[in-house]
Amino acid sequence: MFSRAYRLAVALPPVFWVLAFLLLPYAILFCHSFWSVSSFQTIQRNWNLDNYRELFRVPVYFEVLLRSMRIAAAVTVLSLLLAYPLAYYLSFYAKHKHLLYQLVIIPLWVSYLVRAYAWKTILGSDGVLNTSLQYLHVTHGPISFLLYSPFAVIITLTHIYTPFVFLPVYAAMEHIPRPLLEASQDLGASPLKTFWRVVLPLSLPGVFAGATFAFVLSLGDFLAPLLLGGPSGVMISNIVVSLFGAAYNWPLGAAISFCMMVLVVGLLFVTERLEKRWSFT
Amino acid sequence: MATDAQPATVAASAMAAPLLEVRSVTKRFGNNTVLRNFSLNIAEGEFLTILGESGSGKTTLLRLIAGFELPDEGELWMAGERLDVLPPFRRRVNTVFQQYALFPHLSVFENVAYGLRIAHVAEAEIKQRVTEALAMVKMDTFASARPAKISGGQQQRIALARALVNRPRLLLLDEPLSALDANLRTQMQVELKALQREVGITFIFVTHDQQEAMAMSDRIALLRNGLLEQVAPPREIYSRPATSYVASFLGQSNLLTCEVRNGIAVCAPIVFPCSAPDGKAVFSLRPEAIRLASTSDRVRFTAAVLTQSFLGATNSVQLRSASELTLTARLSGQSTLDEEEEFSFDSADAVLVRDSEAR
Repeated sequence: MFSRAYRLAVALPPVFWVLAFLLLPYAILFCHSFWSVSSFQTIQRNWNLDNYRELFRVPVYFEVLLRSMRIAAAVTVLSLLLAYPLAYYLSFYAKHKHLLYQLVIIPLWVSYLVRAYAWKTILGSDGVLNTSLQYLHVTHGPISFLLYSPFAVIITLTHIYTPFVFLPVYAAMEHIPRPLLEASQDLGASPLKTFWRVVLPLSLPGVFAGATFAFVLSLGDFLAPLLLGGPSGVMISNIVVSLFGAAYNWPLGAAISFCMMVLVVGLLFVTERLEKRWSFT
Repeated sequence: MATDAQPATVAASAMAAPLLEVRSVTKRFGNNTVLRNFSLNIAEGEFLTILGESGSGKTTLLRLIAGFELPDEGELWMAGERLDVLPPFRRRVNTVFQQYALFPHLSVFENVAYGLRIAHVAEAEIKQRVTEALAMVKMDTFASARPAKISGGQQQRIALARALVNRPRLLLLDEPLSALDANLRTQMQVELKALQREVGITFIFVTHDQQEAMAMSDRIALLRNGLLEQVAPPREIYSRPATSYVASFLGQSNLLTCEVRNGIAVCAPIVFPCSAPDGKAVFSLRPEAIRLASTSDRVRFTAAVLTQSFLGATNSVQLRSASELTLTARLSGQSTLDEEEEFSFDSADAVLVRDSEAR
């Protein structure tokens, strides 16, 4: 249908883009993970597995990774708990669904940083939440665990990623043919049973997609822990950032990054299979 | 007004009393009145077809019976119990939906088993009843298939099995054959009718296809603009249409607008005896009632032959009389016609109808 030259011309820019800005940097990163840093702070290109051994030898890396995964899991669950009922209501019951849909989407247009700082103002010792609680005599001094803690990171990331969970869940629900709900009721199922047997299974692809967004994006986040995490809220990306920056240990940072990438790609592979397993169109 | 039937007497009285009563139901969507003061009784074991053009209110009537819409006025009663106060999932009514509405995430077997599982029927009985239902619609070899993997006609059968397996008092079918191609459609008409006889369940079948209605029904209810135009068995509704709309909707018809005086109807140049009162009257004359004139006892008239179209066994012939009256006749395929011929019909075949336009 199209000439060979035309197809080549169309394919070339994206192929170039992927090669130059994705595969090449990854290759460089991958190489770095097998190199080391000399005592003169120069990168030595002597190939070895020391960086990977270091990751398994020093427990702190594994602890921080586990904490990152726990935070990401908490964000995923909380986002689902918020976004799923909202999507269900909007898709099946809301009268002004387009207006409500826009209200959910609008926060996405606001800068990530602004939203993170907003939580800092809310959760801080002199923040909105603490002063309100004290004014109402619920507490007598500022509650310290609100800010600079994993709690603050979870709250902030949940706020930021809930729309990302909402969107695919809502899309999946909008794709459920409405006659199926009538068919279910016609066959004797109450609205609740219809939800369990028809709506929930058919919305699962959206749930998997949304959960993947929330988990993967939270797992790799470094701004929220940097701004609101404090020492107890450090996540794996903060370590990578410092290794590439102040600590000047690119090889170790590269090794961690590469492990993270394998983890995330494996996760994406699994969720993609799950999504396929539960889609029927 | 309400007839409080005791549960014990319901079964006995159902034989005589109608299974379903639609009592003076009115349904509006905004300013649009879809059904107006609509009443209809349906007998136990009957195959009733609700026929009408799109927008006539036939699907709304079905949805009212299924419980997906609520009447603005009037009541629905089934087997001596008030029906319209029950939610759809408590009605002993099942529906075969137009696009089948099979659950895409469930196998054919689980689709059919759906209603039984909701009703907590024992596993062994579910297996037996679903297997029987699938065998009944000749789909037993497809039990483990997903709905997306089977054809439209097969999906249609599964939808039917899924509804019938629950042994409803009443089965509603919303244009279930409209998505099928012509041959399969004719075959399914025959199968559906045979199946209905076999299971003995009351069928309410909605269609806009008059031939389908004629082929399958015990009775046809013809709807127009939310009103019941006529309800009668197919032969009767065809041979004795109540209104000019019925006459032209079910098959072809020549509508003769006549002046009646002293039992003689005049529609120049046609003159025939009738039993209508004096004044203006409309008569329906089926094309096949018109013959080439040969016997002396029939009503005769002369007309020019405009066009002839060959239909196989018959010819459809357009006629025009000297007074510009055009008629359609259906003559045997062998007849050769001159430019002008003398035609005739039996005055008993001219049926007095109510003029639908005058309403």
